Amino acid sequence: MLNNVSKDWLGAGFVTVLGLAILYFVPILFDLFEVLQMTKYVVLSLFVLSLAYIWGFGGILSFGQAGFLGLGGYIFAVSAINMGQTTVPFLIAIVGCALFAAALGYFMFYGRLNDVYLGVVTLVVTLILWKLINHTAGPEYIVGKARLGGFNGIPSIPIMTLPWRPDQEMEPAQMFQYFMAILIAVYVLLHLLIKSKFGRVAISIRENEVRTGLLGYDVRFYKLCIFTIGGAVGGAAGAMWASYQTFVDPNIFSLEWSAKCLIWVMAGGVGTLFGPIVGVIALEYLSFQLGQTDLINNLIVLGTVLIFLVLLLPKGIFPTFRDIIVKLWRGRRGSEERGSP
Amino acid sequence: MDYSLVVAIELLREVAGLILIATGLAVIFGMMRVINIAHGEFMMLGGYTVVLTTKFGVNIWVAILILAPLAVGVFGIIVERLIIRHLYGRIIDSLLATWGLSLFLIGFVTVVFGNTVEGVSTPFSGLPIGQYTVAIYTLFLIFAAVAFITSVYLTLRYTKAGLIARATMQNPDMVESLGVNSKLVYMATFGIGAAFAGLAGGLLAPISGVVPGMGALLIGKAFITVVTGGAAVVAGTLSASGILGTISQAVTFATGPVFGDATLLFVALILLRLLPQGITGRIFTRSV
Repeated sequence: MLNNVSKDWLGAGFVTVLGLAILYFVPILFDLFEVLQMTKYVVLSLFVLSLAYIWGFGGILSFGQAGFLGLGGYIFAVSAINMGQTTVPFLIAIVGCALFAAALGYFMFYGRLNDVYLGVVTLVVTLILWKLINHTAGPEYIVGKARLGGFNGIPSIPIMTLPWRPDQEMEPAQMFQYFMAILIAVYVLLHLLIKSKFGRVAISIRENEVRTGLLGYDVRFYKLCIFTIGGAVGGAAGAMWASYQTFVDPNIFSLEWSAKCLIWVMAGGVGTLFGPIVGVIALEYLSFQLGQTDLINNLIVLGTVLIFLVLLLPKGIFPTFRDIIVKLWRGRRGSEERGSP
Repeated sequence: MDYSLVVAIELLREVAGLILIATGLAVIFGMMRVINIAHGEFMMLGGYTVVLTTKFGVNIWVAILILAPLAVGVFGIIVERLIIRHLYGRIIDSLLATWGLSLFLIGFVTVVFGNTVEGVSTPFSGLPIGQYTVAIYTLFLIFAAVAFITSVYLTLRYTKAGLIARATMQNPDMVESLGVNSKLVYMATFGIGAAFAGLAGGLLAPISGVVPGMGALLIGKAFITVVTGGAAVVAGTLSASGILGTISQAVTFATGPVFGDATLLFVALILLRLLPQGITGRIFTRSV
């Protein structure tokens, strides 16, 4: 019988192998349009990992995760247009978002904001960013060669290149594989982090902040680190999103994106990394199909799903199904093995 | 002289606006520690009520002062019965559910009315002050905010309903054991908070027009005002609106509207860093 620890590693290993298989086979098996479509899911999966990590393994519920998506996208766009290459801008976007998260986190966690306050502050920061960027339409808002463009957004953002081939834009299939490799790497790194001493302390903060503090851990510092890591991952996703779309506009900061991210994590289950990725793919595929019919307003669907999830399935869709299956399985086995402990 | 008078009026208008949009939220937050994320959409519904009813020939004052709060208040009670009452004590879940409601309402109104700005003509004309002109409606807004917050204060301080409300804020279990139906109190509070939002939306409709996404433009300030103010409804809203409104409007005068909001947020963050429970968590702790 496997013990819990090795079971856990087995799960992560399985996901990694699955990811590598997808990375290798998808460009062979699917056509261009489908590969592009799947690239989108890969970027959004990375985005959702940022919230899945800070919420599920640090107990920090950010209502403004789209802020990092947007900030990463804009930083990447501006620096890539100015520098004429993409690898350094990608790093700048990640570091920039991490710094922004650290600065914001300092105010929030060292002020010991919790629950409602944390949610409201993150939400409002994103709203303000959205407003700020929306107001930059005039020609005076220019950073180097890049016009911020206000509500018109920034067009013709360079497509990323491979770091070791800076003069050659990536083909769609290459981009898929590159992004998928980043997603797998981030997944593995986050998994290692969660299993490390740092990750255990973070989980204990999620479970009981006061007790963890009394055991001598600086809760504020741990939360700041978790939030910063989340910001960096979100920023990476934003840069990739901007490069994938070759376009960003202020709506990337909108509440809709933050809400979507929350819904994906909730659907997939808080406290796992893989579940939210399944949530992204399932729900985005659903909304893509609904969008094609053009019958139902997307926001109505999102809102209804969110209310429905909160009221009826607070654990998330997939964990609920998993629990039901496990229960049925246990129940059957339990009746077979009655008498043995 | 004329200019400074105009500036003073503009500052007061910003503060009055914050008071109007934040009070409904503060009532709900103070009572049940729930931030109603759909508050902005409640204001939007109030605005649409005014636009629609005036189109059908209803007097604009009746529409703003009576119909908008009434319609949104009733809607608030329905929402409380259907969604919010299942989530008391689950703070995060109630935030998520009201967020869902907010998205739903934006989508729904977009489908019904289309994503265009609907307007109501502003009652009153302009009032000349020296070489400048101030809209009389602006003065009316300031007056309305003062009357509004005063009546909330008087109600909470001197009526039986206000006493019960304040007691429920302090200790719901004790109030329950004294024979008050706290569920009813919560329902009424949510309805009143929603009605305030409706009134605010109605009052602002002639200035800004109404559009399905208008909530998002308003709520950021309302949230941050309530959170900065802390749990006391009147003192919190007044102090936070005063500080944040003055500073953001001053910055707006100095640098244009883009940085006004950002400064408001930054000041709020610093205040929250110093006073994590809001202003009334540390100062004016015994106030209403």
